[in-house]
Amino acid sequence: MNLETENEVQPRTIRESLKPLTRRTFLKGTAASLVGMSGVVAALEPLLKLERGELTLDSLLQKHYHQLTPEAMERILRDLEKQCQERYGVMPNISDVKPLEGIGFAYALNLTRCVGCRKCAHACMAENNQSRESDIDLDMSYIRVLELDKGSINLETSNQYYDPEVVPRKGKYYMPVQCHQCRESPCTKACPVKATWQEPDGIIVVDYNWCIGCRYCMAACPYDARRFNFEKPKVPQEAINPNQSYLSNRIRPKGVVEKCTFCLHRTREGKYPACLEVCPTGARIFGNLLDPESEINYILKNKRVYILKEDVGTVPRFYYFFDT
Amino acid sequence: MKDYSLFLVRVALLSFQGTWKYYTWMAILCVFCLVGLRAYSWQFVEGLSTTGLTNQVSWGVYIANFTFLVGVAAAAVMLVIPAYVYKKDHMNKVVIFGELMAISVIVMCLLFVTVDLGRPERFHHMIPPFGILNWPLSILSWDVIVLNGYLLLNMHICGYLLYNQYLGRKPTRMFYIPFIFIAIAWAISIHTVTAFLYVGLAGRPYWNNPIVAPRFLASAFTAGPALLIIAFQIIRKSTSYWIGNEPIFTLRMIMTVSMIINVFLLGCEIFTEFYAATVHVASASYLYFGLEGYHGLVGWIWTAIFLDFLGLGLLMTPLSRDINWLNIACFVSFIGIWIEKGMGLIIPGFVPSPLGQVVEYLPTVSETLICLGIWAFGALLYSWMLKIAIPIMDGSLRRPVPPSTV
Repeated sequence: MNLETENEVQPRTIRESLKPLTRRTFLKGTAASLVGMSGVVAALEPLLKLERGELTLDSLLQKHYHQLTPEAMERILRDLEKQCQERYGVMPNISDVKPLEGIGFAYALNLTRCVGCRKCAHACMAENNQSRESDIDLDMSYIRVLELDKGSINLETSNQYYDPEVVPRKGKYYMPVQCHQCRESPCTKACPVKATWQEPDGIIVVDYNWCIGCRYCMAACPYDARRFNFEKPKVPQEAINPNQSYLSNRIRPKGVVEKCTFCLHRTREGKYPACLEVCPTGARIFGNLLDPESEINYILKNKRVYILKEDVGTVPRFYYFFDT
Repeated sequence: MKDYSLFLVRVALLSFQGTWKYYTWMAILCVFCLVGLRAYSWQFVEGLSTTGLTNQVSWGVYIANFTFLVGVAAAAVMLVIPAYVYKKDHMNKVVIFGELMAISVIVMCLLFVTVDLGRPERFHHMIPPFGILNWPLSILSWDVIVLNGYLLLNMHICGYLLYNQYLGRKPTRMFYIPFIFIAIAWAISIHTVTAFLYVGLAGRPYWNNPIVAPRFLASAFTAGPALLIIAFQIIRKSTSYWIGNEPIFTLRMIMTVSMIINVFLLGCEIFTEFYAATVHVASASYLYFGLEGYHGLVGWIWTAIFLDFLGLGLLMTPLSRDINWLNIACFVSFIGIWIEKGMGLIIPGFVPSPLGQVVEYLPTVSETLICLGIWAFGALLYSWMLKIAIPIMDGSLRRPVPPSTV
């Protein structure tokens, strides 16, 4: 840092830089500080509307799911139940259902049978307590049903907002898409804080209390499977499913990402996912891939199976197949 | 220690002393910052529903500005390399202004990322041991490291050199030269890693393209110097510190070469997308021509291309040897690249969605105010740092010489 001689000036002495404090400068300074302070107060004023319990020391200090002791988890679950009661008027039963040994879940969907009725998408909403503006609002559903033209599987020409009197429409077929629970999951790789990970049974979960809401996982997902809570979830009191679990369908805080968990609070207890149970055509097959006798294994071995976006290298646990 | 405390006191005092122009400028910036802060407080309470973002287009102007500014910050090396590698004397006198700019721009980048978070109060989840950083798997974790590292490097270099200048002491080479060379490589890395954020996503064909990183750098080395050229002229007009024309014209040369490369790479990209026209062309089609009746970005991108070419034309011809024409070239290139990197790179990555859905995105007023606030904060920070640095550089802010030695 050589100085240009033309830029050299005499140093100012301390006396010069410490201008004497006159009554005038004092008053001016005070006035300016007051204006500044009131500006800051006005800028921060919206923070007063912050909901009670939204920012607590406990929640700020909460550790990552994998670092929680059973006692800490117990306390958190009871707190979450209380919060749900306060905010939504329903006392839920929130548990932390663990994965079972020797189980690797997989899902297969029969494209020949699906008629595009969207019952699965609605059942998903009823089961998983997603935010909604109205009964027909499926934006946060974990299942998007695409209507496609027969003759190709081109997602670019798909339509999610089809609304005919009766389905299926002539010349169309339907493809429900939900989280593929990829074995090589781009979303868990993307997460900067490990708030989302693959469980031993193959289900990819999100710790809603750890997610920072950067939405990099959403950018990474090739299946549009992740949903973000842009605001505090709106779930009508009468529509709340009180049977909840920590890693799946408990009502989410605002500002975090959520996704399909194969209804782990059901499937880990031996039930089927809600979307399967409601399907009127029997297009959905769910089961344990590690059990050689399971129906899902039979299908993957004997049917013509199609993997959506196989070229992306995600190796999903979700398959499509054709019957005839 | 006594020296350092006195230094800090004098810096603090100096920050509040100035002409009425200085007060007005800083007051205007403060107003913008506060308006932005108010909009952000509202967003903090309500959630990101105050933005135009959707589940389909989940990143918008915040990330667009962030991406663009990482490039501007990286471009400080275009002063550092001539000054320290090629030992150009005229660059030596201005290099500190580039490094200070890098500091303020990186701070802006960090702010843009923070306002984009759904749960900003959990940012410590990224910082071990309070949290868990998913390093080395997540490219975002790399970005956190390189950006903060670059900030620290530049803060050290500027702080060390300026304080020594204040003391009237020759800086020890060992304490800054190694850092300067690390910072050169580091600057390239911040923009490369930021490009890899997008390139690494196989599910987004528009981004999953090796040309993105080189194009990022080329456009950054155009936009960054453009801003520096304008900043240098403001400094020499509004302060007593004289900056000659040589650094400005060295930067012009760098800008010209970078802009040529940028436009060339743009051509490569357009050729690849459209000549073979695979299914992957959808995003580019949406950007340049519109898709399924949606044309949200078409006006933007053609404006950007027009500005890029106008800038290129001015830079390549002798016209821009005239400082006024050069300023126009800088201005149009800066805006052109800002659009191209923001609206032109981030948004089309989300349109159509991976399932073929076309959802358009438009920032809301609140979002725009927050962006303006952050830009104003960056300008405020840079102005303040210049306010301190220039008197140190020209010698008016110096350690008082003890009377005994006089």
